[in-house]
Amino acid sequence: MMMGNPSVNMTGTTEAPLLAVDDLRVTFPTRTGEVTAVRGVSFTLGKERLGIVGESGSGKSQTGRAIMGLTAGHAKITANKLEFRGRDLLSMPKSERRHIRGKQIAMILQDPKYSLNPVMTIGRQIVETLKTHEKVSGAQAKERVIAMLEAVQIRDPGRVYDLYPHEVSGGMGQRVMIAMMLICGPELLIADEPTSALDVTVQLDVLDILDKLVSERGMGLIFVSHDLRLVSSFCDRVLVMYAGRVVEELASADLSKASHPYTLGLLNCLPTIGSNRHPLPVLDRKPEWSL
Amino acid sequence: MSAIISIRDMLVTYDDFAALDHVSMDVEEGESFGIVGESGSGKSTLLRAVSGLEGFNSGTLTVAGKTYSGQSRTKEFYRTVQMVFQDPYGSLHPRQTVDRLLLEPLAIHGFTDVDVRIARALDEVGLGAGFRFRYSHQLSGGQRQRIAIARALILEPKILLLDEPTSALDASIQAEILNLLEQAKRDRGLTFVMVSHDLGVISHMCGRLAVMKSGKVVETVPAQALENREFSADYTRQLLVASEGFSRG
Repeated sequence: MMMGNPSVNMTGTTEAPLLAVDDLRVTFPTRTGEVTAVRGVSFTLGKERLGIVGESGSGKSQTGRAIMGLTAGHAKITANKLEFRGRDLLSMPKSERRHIRGKQIAMILQDPKYSLNPVMTIGRQIVETLKTHEKVSGAQAKERVIAMLEAVQIRDPGRVYDLYPHEVSGGMGQRVMIAMMLICGPELLIADEPTSALDVTVQLDVLDILDKLVSERGMGLIFVSHDLRLVSSFCDRVLVMYAGRVVEELASADLSKASHPYTLGLLNCLPTIGSNRHPLPVLDRKPEWSL
Repeated sequence: MSAIISIRDMLVTYDDFAALDHVSMDVEEGESFGIVGESGSGKSTLLRAVSGLEGFNSGTLTVAGKTYSGQSRTKEFYRTVQMVFQDPYGSLHPRQTVDRLLLEPLAIHGFTDVDVRIARALDEVGLGAGFRFRYSHQLSGGQRQRIAIARALILEPKILLLDEPTSALDASIQAEILNLLEQAKRDRGLTFVMVSHDLGVISHMCGRLAVMKSGKVVETVPAQALENREFSADYTRQLLVASEGFSRG
């Protein structure tokens, strides 16, 4: 793993990190002035799992979307550096960005109900992704899609191939989404709240599958979530965001050593089984956190 | 202690599908009773059938000594029982001010001192008079849920039905709302029936809980049983493992 010093790989030679972000800012013009959702986020990512945690409005999703190139058209994105494998994502032509999106960087969205195409069978939409990026025959494509559906532990993938998204459960829909995102073998996967819309009992299965595939295929992962405990149990390193900024960076193992009052507050305010705290401690938001 | 809500053999069907399959349950006066289960387990249907938003096909429902059936509920029932819903974005009228929203239940039930009551209700949920003439889109999710709670409490009910009251909120806001609910319960001696998929929240708020699956109650246990692992159903164990988060291996 390339934690700490991401620009040095195992053999000691230097190479560009998978992703380098320096002073990323995302600004939306509104009627009442500009709103800056992301205000100077910087990090580098190797082949590791990075968690981005924050509450609604903290800019965590917008960070993920800016990397993927899915920010709304009227928004302004600036950065000193936004590089994928040493190539600047912001200045490259749109066609080149399209080649990278889906092929080298893929993104899993929160709710399969809204992010799968409702009028296209599951098989066809995964084939569409594959054929956009690779030259394969129809038969080969189908074979690979079915193999991929099998890899995300869908029983009877041949049947699911011909189903429409509304005909499968939420958990299965999310597996389909994972399959669709991994079919081209991306090097970087961004998962934006991949399990928040799912039932608690299904969440663990989906995380398990995601975990196995990410480690088997050696991808970099950015896991965006509001759930600090979940992220720290899943990732190597966690960025805690508040009001568009990273307020604390932690190795997951050091969660207990968190020092920023916001991180501590987030950890504290969750009711847990066996802890008898009435009333629950609440976050006392300090204005200086968002300076 | 006597049961303030008593449900016997309640059956709710949609065509051939039994959303509630002969469910029986007793909720004591003054307690917090939790209902957990995955989506589709019937936990929300149960609350909706008690509150009359949904009719039930057979079985009996007794609330505070009165028996109800089907979908018909008296005005008196709604003085006793109020409900708070999951989605604070969907449960407040978008074109009514907070003042109008809180006035409606008072008008229906013929209260006269509305001004005082609305001011007091806002105060109680920690929102000042400044919120009184705002629209719901001018409020954050947590503030909306406070308004929804104020709307339920303004009729001084004895029982609150809470359908995932905090699952649409951020963790830090969830803590505030749970504290507010506990405070209201202490001050007014309320009875809570709370539905949630989060065992942490239920064990924090409730003394007893029922675990539901496929329209049936799997088991009813005291909240301590979760801590001491003193439950018998395998499904309860599954829910508990799921609530403890991800682990590799």
